[in-house]
Amino acid sequence: MTSAIAVDRLEVIFDRFRALKGVSLDVQPGESFGLVGESGSGKSTLLRAIAGLAPVASGSIVVNGKTLGPRRDKAFYREVQMVFQDPYGSLHPRQTVDRLLQEPLAIHGFADGEKRIQRALDEVGLGNGFRFRYSHQLSGGQRQRVAIARALILEPSILLLDEPTSALDASVQAEVLNLLEEVRRRRKLTFLMVSHDLAIITHMCERLMVMQSGEAVENLAAADLVERRVTKDYTRNLLRASDGFVRTA
Amino acid sequence: MSRETKTLLDVDDLRVTFPTRTGLIEAVRGVSFSLGRERLGIVGESGSGKSQTGRAIMGLTPPQARISANKLAFDGIDLLSVSPRERRALRGKRIAMILQDPKYSLDPVMSIGRQIVETLRTHEKVGKAEARDRALAMLEAVQIRDPSRVFNLHPHEVSGGMGQRAMIAMMLIAGPEMMIADEPTSALDVTVQLDVLGILDRLVSERGMGLIFISHDLRLVSSFCDRVIVMYAGKVVEQLKASELGQAQHPYTRGLLNCMPKIGADRHPLPVLDRKPEWAA
Repeated sequence: MTSAIAVDRLEVIFDRFRALKGVSLDVQPGESFGLVGESGSGKSTLLRAIAGLAPVASGSIVVNGKTLGPRRDKAFYREVQMVFQDPYGSLHPRQTVDRLLQEPLAIHGFADGEKRIQRALDEVGLGNGFRFRYSHQLSGGQRQRVAIARALILEPSILLLDEPTSALDASVQAEVLNLLEEVRRRRKLTFLMVSHDLAIITHMCERLMVMQSGEAVENLAAADLVERRVTKDYTRNLLRASDGFVRTA
Repeated sequence: MSRETKTLLDVDDLRVTFPTRTGLIEAVRGVSFSLGRERLGIVGESGSGKSQTGRAIMGLTPPQARISANKLAFDGIDLLSVSPRERRALRGKRIAMILQDPKYSLDPVMSIGRQIVETLRTHEKVGKAEARDRALAMLEAVQIRDPSRVFNLHPHEVSGGMGQRAMIAMMLIAGPEMMIADEPTSALDVTVQLDVLGILDRLVSERGMGLIFISHDLRLVSSFCDRVIVMYAGKVVEQLKASELGQAQHPYTRGLLNCMPKIGADRHPLPVLDRKPEWAA
């Protein structure tokens, strides 16, 4: 079976700074794969490199059996869509939800826009009442639902999720995570998800990669992490940190 | 009477109201609590009024907002009737505040050392050389390894964790009796978060300060504080000891604890909060 995403020895260099130092990754179709690490570890850069938003210096990215060149074509974006961290920054402030959702349909020449928009809004639990609102009239959670609807409207097979809930309140986070799991189950999507929160990654993903300063530290199954079968000190530190503050008296 | 009493801060029926085009918005609706030399956590989601509570105590409420309270007293001083000048003297000297993101809350065009010295010399009559020495000692106390180098750096030249330590140093240099920390570690990485909390914890207990720790993270707060106040829609819905968080009564507190993913808990889908209108009533 061909991998959904296969990344081989990928290097990303910004000016002289090596943000990714030969990272390899393999995600199977239908799998949910997590990337964990602290800020500056390169986890978001890896995601953006796959989406074509970061300067790749060397290495290869293969998506659904097709090796990607320096430019992404339209067909790529029908397969791969991205949801960004900040729902306040990723939606156009002067476009209605309807307009936001029409844009990808227009680019890709879909004729049945009306039906698709309604279906996409229903799918993310917003309904038609939100269709002609502007993003400033929505809460953070509702905005992120719009961003997810926009990603799903082209019926991609792969979603790239860059910290999709870190700007949201805990209770809203639970709703958005549930929504993501539901659409993945229904549409048999492949997820590649970035988060700094180990608990979210173990909740959402079957396998994960821990990253530090542009390199892969280790690859783990989520079950290993739960059982604390980790081999690297760095991962152990992250695990301990996610347990909360412990007073050393 | 103020010196003997253990209560540092007394808040009774605090209300903060913002006039808007569509009418009055009550951000804080009758919050009451008292603080001794302890660590008190205020937890709530965005819009719950937790930050506005902290700002009202600090005197940083925007001018168009209206504050009212039966009592808002710090060490016997009525904060509502005190003059702006006296308020300024309190702020920074006896009450300090740490903000969320050092990137925005430090002065970008002033070196870290000068900012710390400025705070100190505003509140105490000390010479330049002594101020510098004390600033360096303070930077060392917040576990900055090379204080004399960091002293001359500007905020953009240091990492988030380092910036937040510098901010703690700046807030502690005048020796405040009470500290308000508004999401002091939310902008930091998890491992750095613990370092900063450790420093804060040590300094607060060494100096016997009262701490108000404002955060959205219920679990973090309960591992750090002695007592926790849970706010919802501008009101306190529950007050409890941090160690008894497991026995929380209010459905909101319980829902908030429950809806976070936990390592090792296999719950699909996650339980979500079912917000009841009577919680906000």
